This record gives sequence, structure tokens and C-alpha cells, in this order.
Amino acid sequence: MSQQYVAAIDQGTTSSRCILFDRDGRIVSVDQREHRQIFPKPGWVEHDAQEIWTNVEAVVQESLQKSDITPDQIAAIGITNQRETTLLWDKETGKPVYNAIVWQDTRTDDIVRELGAEEGQDRFRARCGLPLATYFSGPKIRWLLDNVDGVRERAERGELLFGTMDTWLIWKLTGRHVTDVTNASRTMLMNLATLDWDTEILEAMGIPASLLPEIRSSSEVYGESTGYLAGTPVASALGDQHAALFGQTCFDPGDVKGTYGTGTFLVMNTGTEPVTSNNGLLTTLGYKIGDAPAVYALEGSIAVTGSLVQWLRDNLGLISTAPEIETLARTVEDNGGCYIVPAFSGLFAPHWDSDARGVIAGLTGYVTKGHIARAVLEASAWQTREVVDAMNADSQIDLTTLKVDGGMTADNLLMQILSDVLDAEVVRPMVAETTCLGAAYAAGLAVGYWPDIETLRANWHKAAEWNPKMEPEVRRREYHNWKKAVRRTLDWVEREDGE
Amino acid sequence: MPGRIQSIERAAAILRLLASGARGLSLAEVSRSLELPKGTALGILRTLQHVGFVEQDPESGRYRLGGGMLSLGTRYLDGNELRTRALNWADTLASRSGESVRIGTLHKHQVLVVHHVFRPDSSRQTLDVGTLLPLHATALGKALMAFDPLAVPEEVASVETDSPVELTSFTRHTVATMAALEEQLTGIRDSGWGWEAEELVDGEVSIAAPIRDRRGVTVGAIGVRGAVERLRGDDGKPDMEQVSYVRDAARAISRELGVTPY
Repeated sequence: MSQQYVAAIDQGTTSSRCILFDRDGRIVSVDQREHRQIFPKPGWVEHDAQEIWTNVEAVVQESLQKSDITPDQIAAIGITNQRETTLLWDKETGKPVYNAIVWQDTRTDDIVRELGAEEGQDRFRARCGLPLATYFSGPKIRWLLDNVDGVRERAERGELLFGTMDTWLIWKLTGRHVTDVTNASRTMLMNLATLDWDTEILEAMGIPASLLPEIRSSSEVYGESTGYLAGTPVASALGDQHAALFGQTCFDPGDVKGTYGTGTFLVMNTGTEPVTSNNGLLTTLGYKIGDAPAVYALEGSIAVTGSLVQWLRDNLGLISTAPEIETLARTVEDNGGCYIVPAFSGLFAPHWDSDARGVIAGLTGYVTKGHIARAVLEASAWQTREVVDAMNADSQIDLTTLKVDGGMTADNLLMQILSDVLDAEVVRPMVAETTCLGAAYAAGLAVGYWPDIETLRANWHKAAEWNPKMEPEVRRREYHNWKKAVRRTLDWVEREDGE
Repeated sequence: MPGRIQSIERAAAILRLLASGARGLSLAEVSRSLELPKGTALGILRTLQHVGFVEQDPESGRYRLGGGMLSLGTRYLDGNELRTRALNWADTLASRSGESVRIGTLHKHQVLVVHHVFRPDSSRQTLDVGTLLPLHATALGKALMAFDPLAVPEEVASVETDSPVELTSFTRHTVATMAALEEQLTGIRDSGWGWEAEELVDGEVSIAAPIRDRRGVTVGAIGVRGAVERLRGDDGKPDMEQVSYVRDAARAISRELGVTPY
């Protein structure tokens, strides 16, 4: 029987999913299972890697059976995953030595500060593209080596393996210990130029090289699956944001995708040379297809976008469901002079001020809840504008089109405001599941299910498009006011000397 | 302060009476129970029927509470929320059908387009969310009228009596009389989906099915629109494959809103 589908496994922060795609890139079947979030202490977040593996096995099987599809109809398996989440396990028994430490976990705060000591958070930035921060895997490995009994000794004896979730799943599926360039680029341990582990950083962090997987491209056959899909090639791995870039067919330098969920992740394809950011963005891998040169990217993340709408719903009670923000915002013509900067736990790109705290500025007796709703939507748009400006400056390419995905793209007013403040076209593709689609595309390319990226481009269809309608004069004035509001958030938290 | 209005008190009593019984009540039962003259009871019942609070069973002639009553007092479904819940299914419908997709809700006496997905080709298209369409000349509107007693064309709503009304014509195919429209609606209630051919725009066909919430109340309709050559077969009937895609999408969204599949 001909192989009709590609299976994409999306191992996310709250759940694992398997989506089957057909040759036109359409969704054929979906199955999903949530896993436990383990919070041993404030600021600590862990996942049970064994539970995740069991869930992945279940969703793969269920997604096929739901739609009466047999394992021999699957051409390839692709993997996309939550990035940076860190696991160590025993090479022989396959047993994790500790729960997976999730990307949001802040237990490495002290390690990160200690590593930065003299040179600060940019100590390794030129080599790995990232500032020292609690998210990334390197410091998390260091924590496990320092704090879990016997782990350092076992690691030094070469008995343990490290992996992010892609590596864990590929190892469970095929028995091979590999990762892809995009996932490796989030560990802080990979050298951006050589695409290999950086011995200097490994030494500085005290991490034995024997722990680390082999770094491969994002699209090639890593091995054949065992288990339910026995014999099927496992043929792609991409971190979630990188997979979304690929699924949005951002194949040309200057192409940008924005994923709008509780926070927002903007990624720009910058071509085959890494671009160092002077404006607070992260330099990262876009993807690497087989033997073709690696494609680099700039990433800017915004901590609070959709979660500001949730805050309006849960903490202020101004709306009863998130989509109602649009209804409320449409009761007024403009923001009435009101601006909200949601710096709830500081500001990310391009400001990077952890001492910033949120403000609602410009309040007068005239302002109604409609104006506040409007200011909430505008906050997502202006934060995007700041990141896009930084991307334009770093890459020397001006954005013309923003390709959007994620839950907030259902908000038509937000999409229009986004187009207005960016002075660029905003488009939403037909398949909203761009993350899974990207993993499926990369896997399908590796096994020849799709012949080339041009075919993928032809599969991409616009579901909707928004064009700028704002007068340049209004845009200038509003951006000026937004920046004024941002300035009022900076350095809000005052620390004692020496902190 | 003005005094109480007797006919409103009587209308309330009739609604309470209808709400108390599971089966419908005849005119005679209503007038006997409330000790009202038959003529008075009939006048009130007809008025309540006109505003959608009462329905009359076409066969037995008995009266019962209407859909308009059921949707009172419960929060109406926000159009933006409907779009959010329907997003993935509308994309799937556009992708399967190869046509543009719209979701409409009732707004006064018209269809308000709350969601629009482009036809999946490279042609230039503009988003028409927020547009108002006539109820009687679109499949979305017909699907709404068939299942939502409050959905009545402008032309009918603005007339006080039962005198004949003329529906606005957009093409020479537009349904012109209430009688003809009622016949179409009966067919839609029967089959669960509706369509129109060139009633709004020459050369275009639309097909739609109702979206229901967990109470069974029709909250909107979803449908495809496209060229008559693609959506209508040689037999003059709509392409049944397209109909099945539309109905699948409507069912999936209704399930999303809490309707149980049986």
C-alpha cells in the first residue's frame, strides 16, 4: 500500500500530540494527551519523562486508529518539541536520573549569576548567540551534576546521557543518541559557527562531553522506529518555534513568523550566516535540511501578550471569555489616550529589563473599559513593533509581511491593529498548526515524500490577510506615546546594593 | 406613574402556562385555563408567535414556547467567541472544499459575517468580516431562518399585519414571496442544510448548515460560496460532496460548543 501520510509528534510544555498530514499539508487526524506539571518548590517546574514517553506512544497509536490508518501508510515521523527542557538518563537501563527540568524553571538563577560573574550575562553570547539565562539547558545540566546524588560521578564514568525532549524521543524510538541543530542551539553549548559542541563553554560550565548527543541536521533519517510504527523512518527534529518558522514556509531571508499565544515568539529567517544582534535579540538556528547549509534566525520573544487578555478576564473581570476582548474593544474608536505596558515580570526583547513593572498610563476621567480593552490589544501590537524594529536594524532587511499563527490570530481587530502599527501586511495561513506542519514537512522532505521546498511553498495558502489602514501621522504619534509609557516601566523595582 | 398594562400581564400568564406543560396547549385550553375570551387569547398568542416567544405546531395546531423564549436570559454567544471556537474547523472546510468559507450570525434582520476564510488559491481576496447580508437570498440566512424563530427578513419584520410582503430581489433568481421562502425553509428543516443558486449574485452558489450550542439553540451558520460551475451539478442540484463537507464542519463546531453527537 502507498504511504499516504506523515506523522508529526509535538511534545509540548503541557501536552503531547500527534497529527497526521496528507500530501497537501492538510490535517487528517489528531490525538492529544496532557501530562502532569510538577512543582516541587516555588519557581521549580518538572515533567516526568517516562510519563511523556508513555503519552507519546499512546497519541501516535490513537491518531492512526481514530482514522483507520495503518502503520504501513506512514511515510515518516517528524518531531517538534518544547525547547531547552533538560533530561539525564542512564545509558544502560534507560531510566531518567531525575525529572526533566522544564524551560520555565528558575532554579539555575544562582548558577547563571555565578557563570556570568566577571563578564556578565553576555559571556558566551558571541559563541552560542544566547545570553546567560535560566531557560537554557547548559546551566540545568550543571544543576543536575551538582545537586543529584551520584550524578556527577556516573556522568564522568560515561554512564549517563543528556537530551532535550527531541533527543529523549528519538532515543526511545530508534535507540540513537542525536539532536538537531535547532534544539542544540538552545542549550548554550553549541558553537554557532561550527555547529558542534563548544569545548570552551563545556569546560566553563563543567559539563562532560560524553553526556552529549551527536548534532545532526533537522531533516534526515536518524533511524528506524521500533514499537507501533516499527520500521518507519524518524526523519526530523525541530524546536517548536523553529518548526513554526518552517511550517509557515519562511524559506527566504527576511521572512518573519509570529506565534501569538499567552506570549509571543517572533522569528526571522536571516539566511545562511548568523547575524549578531545589537538590539537585544537572540541569534539562533532556523533549520538545516540534510546537507544543505544551515539557515540562521533572529528570535525575539514577548513575555505577555495573550496572558494580558487573560489578566483582564481573571484579575479584573472586565470580560468573561478571552474572545470578548474584541467585542469590548470595538465599543470605542480608539484607546482614548490610554496605554498599557504589561511588564509583569520585566521586559524581554529589546529592552531586557528585569526590574521593569507594568503601567497603565494616560488615564483620565474619559477612559472607559472599552478604551482599556483597546489598549490591551494595542500592547501586543506595539511590543511586536519593537521586536520587528530590532530585527530590521540587525538584519538590514525591512519586514514586508508578517505570517501569524496561534490562538490570538482569531482576534480580527488585533490582526488589523498589528498591520496598522507595523505598516506591513499580516497574513494567517490556512493550517493553524504550523508547528506540527513544520516537523511533518522536514520529515517528509528527508524521505522524498515531498520533492523540494517549492512544493511546500505551493501548499501554503492564505486564510486571511490584513493591510495597513492607519495614517502615518497617527502611527508616529501613537508609537511616540507607547515609548513614553514604556519608559515609565523601566527600573521600577529598586534593589539593595549588591543584589 | 402609569398603571399596569393588562395585556402584558395576560401575555405573561400565557407564557407561564405554556412553560408549565410538556405538551403544547390548544387555543381552547389556553382561554379556558386563564378565563380569557378566545379572541383575546388568540390575539396575544399570535403576537407572541410573531416575536418568536411562542410556536404553533403545524399539525396539531397546539401552542408551545418558542426558541426566542429559550435564548432569553441565557448569555448570547459572542460572535468573536464563535469565530475563535470555529477557527480550525472553518480552515478545514476551506481546505477540503476549495471554496471560501463564511460564518454568519443573526444581527437584527440580516446575516452578520463574523468569520471569513479565503478560497485556497493564489487569487487576491479581501476579508469581509463585519459585512451584512440579506437573510432570504443567502444560504447562511436561510439556514438561520429555518432554525431560529427570531430570524425574519427585514421586509416581514417591518410590516404590522399579515399582509403579503415582497422580498427584495438581487437577481432574477432571488426568492420573491414569503410562501416560496417558507417552502424552502420547510425543506431545510427537513434536510438540515440549505443552499441558494444565484439568488444574491449571478453565477454564485452558496451552501450552509446551522451551528447549534449545547441547548440546541441555533447560534449561527457556516457555509461555502463559489462559482455555480463548481458547486452545482448538471442535474441542477448542489454538489453533495460539498454539502457533506459543510455539514461536517457545522457538526464539528456544534460539538465544540457542547452539543452531544447523538
